[in-house]
Amino acid sequence: MNLDLILGILQIVLIATTPLVFAGIGELVTEKSGVLNLGVEGMMLVGAVSAFIILVITGSYFLAFFVSIFSGIIMSGLFAFLVLFLMSNQIATGLALTIFGIGLSSMLGKQYIGTPIDGLSPWFFVIFSFLIVFFVSYFFYKTKAGLILRAVGESHNSAHALGYSVIKIRFLSIIFGGSMCALAGSYISICYAPMWQEGMTAGRGWIALALVVFATWKPERVLIGAYIFGGVTILQMNLQALGLRFPGQFFSMAPYVATIIVLVLISSNKLRIKLSAPASLTIPFYKGR
Amino acid sequence: MIRIITFLSTFLVFAFGSAYADPKKVGFIYIGPPGDHGWTYMHDVGRKYMESQLGDSITTTYLENIPENADAVRAIRKLADSGHDLIFTTSFNYMDQTHEVAKDFPDIKFEHATGYIQADNVATYSARFYEGRMIEGHIAGHMTETNTIGYIASFPIPEVVRGINAFYLAASKVNPDIKMKIIWVFTWYDPGKEADAANTLINQGADIIVQHTDTYAPCQAAQKAGVYAFGQASNQEEFCPDAHLTSIEDIWGPYYAERAKAVVDGTWSSGDTWDGMDKGMVVMSPYNTKLMPASLIQEAVNMEVGIKDGTIHPFTGPIYNQAGELVVPEGEVAPDGMLLGMNFYVQGIDGEVPQ
Repeated sequence: MNLDLILGILQIVLIATTPLVFAGIGELVTEKSGVLNLGVEGMMLVGAVSAFIILVITGSYFLAFFVSIFSGIIMSGLFAFLVLFLMSNQIATGLALTIFGIGLSSMLGKQYIGTPIDGLSPWFFVIFSFLIVFFVSYFFYKTKAGLILRAVGESHNSAHALGYSVIKIRFLSIIFGGSMCALAGSYISICYAPMWQEGMTAGRGWIALALVVFATWKPERVLIGAYIFGGVTILQMNLQALGLRFPGQFFSMAPYVATIIVLVLISSNKLRIKLSAPASLTIPFYKGR
Repeated sequence: MIRIITFLSTFLVFAFGSAYADPKKVGFIYIGPPGDHGWTYMHDVGRKYMESQLGDSITTTYLENIPENADAVRAIRKLADSGHDLIFTTSFNYMDQTHEVAKDFPDIKFEHATGYIQADNVATYSARFYEGRMIEGHIAGHMTETNTIGYIASFPIPEVVRGINAFYLAASKVNPDIKMKIIWVFTWYDPGKEADAANTLINQGADIIVQHTDTYAPCQAAQKAGVYAFGQASNQEEFCPDAHLTSIEDIWGPYYAERAKAVVDGTWSSGDTWDGMDKGMVVMSPYNTKLMPASLIQEAVNMEVGIKDGTIHPFTGPIYNQAGELVVPEGEVAPDGMLLGMNFYVQGIDGEVPQ
């Protein structure tokens, strides 16, 4: 093992893990406010395709990311409207959002499949993903606004009784989550694998959802979990390429097994559940009750 | 998401008054989207060719992005229920699902790509892609400077293992020092993961990337890193012009047209078709004249001729397995049975086939 090899591996891990960090931290903020949005994969795909289309049309990376994030705001805004104002079931609505996003992105991107583009260097986004995690962590635990957001997620009735607008805070949290998912998607289609292909996020949205649970709703742990996942994936590829005999299939399923183990651990103790998951997660808020 | 796109056909009734027969309905099950510029894309090109050849005597339908699980049963049944006469299921792991539905619809003809189990109404067909792998291996043996080849493999099925072996046998013949680094990614379709695998291989010193997955992400990664690559299933030169040496193209159109014609004529019968370069089912994309010396291109073209007329076979003995046992004696070629069930690496390849 020489230094170049290790640095190379590190680079690949950083590039591969960044979309998971973005999507994971976005979903974490949404869930902290007490809303479960299962539409991560759909929002990522719409973000990916809109960034790609805008880049092909205008040639501007800035506009591409800007429009992509805007698409995430629209997608998650739609979700927020349904679950916050029309009180629709969060799980069903989130799943519908994913299915909608897959179909919409396929439709929009049809004629852009196979259009060659120049990929953008990923390093700005890699650094940004770390910053955003620390920002969210600071926001949650060092600011009053963060405390209010967490309070809404723990007990929306109490927060409401204290005069905070539960709906407004949840709306903003959902929109933040949506824009982060779209950013993750656009990173994939512009930096990570510069192309548009239907369903190209290939399940990363679901991994991001699992990461939030794995992290027991703590921002830094999302980062750690994402890097464990990305690291294991790339490490097993390296071991394979070195010709070592070991089961690659096992490493492909490892992150999911880890999530289940964490779930079992935190649910084995009632106190742990109370300390971890936001108490109002998936519970709709009816004003005036 | 499953979408059905039914292509409307126009029914032209000619003035000469012959009563027109109902067009036969031909359905396809695709593993990916037709826009993958790889495996599914080439099946779709074949479907369109079939349409252009048979005109109004058929209409075609396809279902895309069908996972290789119980969903496939539902999708195949959907086509069968909606009156299709001939159904192509275009991925290896649709095997059980195809047979499950075929049992319930004895009058409908099924064609299962890359499978090996037939029934009265289920035929199988595949292409001898390994012939193309041999040519790629030969080229790689000449072009590599680090003597390290990076191979991105999808699933450990005989088709993929056969490609690896054919490639290695040809490459090690021209360059005995060659080393193969193989990464199994356990997916056909994940641009990000395919790029990760390519970058990992390049990082470990590979200067030629070979892929058996469906998107052009590995070729793109090779282009970015300044190494060479072979495309997959269709000509991918436009995505990585400075890396792309050649691709193996799958040409399904003539076979599809022939089988659909047989259904129209009522002469269809089950069977197993495994054609290669001689029948035009496997074609090499134009060799990259910017990157490859003219003499090497000539050698590759000569190999194509030899494979077509049967004087060259990628699996000509002596061939040893990793344990050093002789599996194909000198002067003989591997029988189709061995090729169809190939689940071992030949001598010289490190690692083992995942089980």
